[in-house]
Amino acid sequence: MTDIALPASRTANPFAGLMAGTTGPVIVVVLAILAIWYIAAVSLNAKFQIEIYERANQVDVPFSQLVTDTLAQERPVLPAPHQVIAEMWDTTVNKKITSKRSLVYHTGITLSSTLLGFLIGTTLGILLAVGIVHSRVLDKSMMPWVISSQTIPILAIAPMIIVVLNAVGISGLLPKAMISTYLSFFPVTVGMVKGLRSPEVIHMDLMHTYSATRWQAFWKLRLPYAVPYLFTSMKIGMAASLVGAIVGELPTGAVAGLGARLLAGSYYGQTVQIWSALLMAALLAGALVALIGVIEKQTLKYMGMDR
Amino acid sequence: MTRTVVEAKKLSLTFQTNDGPVHALSNIDLTINQGDFVSFIGPSGCGKTTLLRVIADLEQPTDGSITVNDVSPHEARLNRSYGYVFQAAALYPWRTIAKNVALPLEIMGLSREEQEARISRNLELVNLGGFEKKYPWQLSGGMQQRASIARALAVEPDLLLMDEPFGALDEIVRDHLNEQLLQLWAKTNKTVVFVTHSIPEAVFLSTKIVVLCPRPGRIYDVIESNLPRDRSLDVRETPEFLKIAHRVREGLKAGHSYED
Repeated sequence: MTDIALPASRTANPFAGLMAGTTGPVIVVVLAILAIWYIAAVSLNAKFQIEIYERANQVDVPFSQLVTDTLAQERPVLPAPHQVIAEMWDTTVNKKITSKRSLVYHTGITLSSTLLGFLIGTTLGILLAVGIVHSRVLDKSMMPWVISSQTIPILAIAPMIIVVLNAVGISGLLPKAMISTYLSFFPVTVGMVKGLRSPEVIHMDLMHTYSATRWQAFWKLRLPYAVPYLFTSMKIGMAASLVGAIVGELPTGAVAGLGARLLAGSYYGQTVQIWSALLMAALLAGALVALIGVIEKQTLKYMGMDR
Repeated sequence: MTRTVVEAKKLSLTFQTNDGPVHALSNIDLTINQGDFVSFIGPSGCGKTTLLRVIADLEQPTDGSITVNDVSPHEARLNRSYGYVFQAAALYPWRTIAKNVALPLEIMGLSREEQEARISRNLELVNLGGFEKKYPWQLSGGMQQRASIARALAVEPDLLLMDEPFGALDEIVRDHLNEQLLQLWAKTNKTVVFVTHSIPEAVFLSTKIVVLCPRPGRIYDVIESNLPRDRSLDVRETPEFLKIAHRVREGLKAGHSYED
């Protein structure tokens, strides 16, 4: 008797299950963004398309024709999503990875300097934080420099780093990685200083009653305490590192990398190429940050801090 | 002749704050003998925790003298002659219960076998055998505090300093732990210094009750308990217990009276 008492609407709505979780709402948001993108593409590209019609003396072009044409221009002001996807498909799947026209090749170049810069930046950030936490002198003398370093626009300092390093004979991957380092050490330093200082007074007192050395207090208390802070700041550092690598490719007239793709695209008005490089950079950043998230979860689980 | 564990003479501690000096402790004279269970009781701000922290070398007195095991608190700390139990369990969340108990032993640089032996012995002592591999958050508040007592005992000190260890626990758990603590004390014959603001807790546990009062923090009364050392919770119904509790309450009231 009880099973027929269920309200009919429960089974009648096929979307009820979908919208109950997060999948449904996410799909709705993505569709909304795509819709806005398409509307923007049509309205931004229409002006140029109408000029073409006027030059060809075409009159009374139907609206549907206008929409189709604005979404299929070779150098649109704003390319439509499907154009960007098609370009990305073409330059990833249809090109050999070693080819200069392959987006995978360029992504790989940028990825390598991102990772190298991130690695150096994270190491530098941790070392700086350890120094700052343990020495008042370093705290007073280094922290202002660390903060002021980030107030200089990266676009201003990037060419100088490249030029100076080139002058002393360092070229290739390292100069670009240095710019990534420059951007990524900062969040790690700040996050680690906060993390290393986060143990409660009671925990520090406990170490004191054991007559623990500073070194022991660091390894057994401060460092484990800082781990969650480290991962959070590493996520920010990784994204900053990618930005640094791309910016590092811009002023040098680099021939390879996502930054070079952006630059070349803007020289020749290849907006589709620019947008596909941008989207690729976004996907790369997302993947790298997600990767750190996975490592974070595993580490915290191993440490017993993930409930 | 019983050995003196803690001896304070004319001990004073003044904190310099922005609102002027705060006399946390003033002219404290106190002797604690081997095997004593001493409670410090008083309202907040009377300096009971500060006094305990001075014994532990966590605060430095500004005047007077104090010895712990016949040496300065600093040397006593370096000799690891006391175990300290805080108000909160202060277990490290990334360490299992066994690893938490191992923490001071690692710092002392003991061998792995010795560590293992002390961990199981002391967890057994606080009835936490079998919980070695659990993480702190998997344990109740009372069990966490017991684990922190095991951690303090693992150093194998003859002096145990406890700063309101059961203050955050409910009455039922507190009674239970008080009983267990007495059994532990009887078994190990350690000297215990216990800070509390609960009269029944102080009277039930102690052989000696030190009543402190605030502004400046000073000793108002020292009560030697005549209750038998071997006592159960039922002792709280006896006239002797109520007499001591009454004297403690009177002391707390008198120490406070000038205030309002």
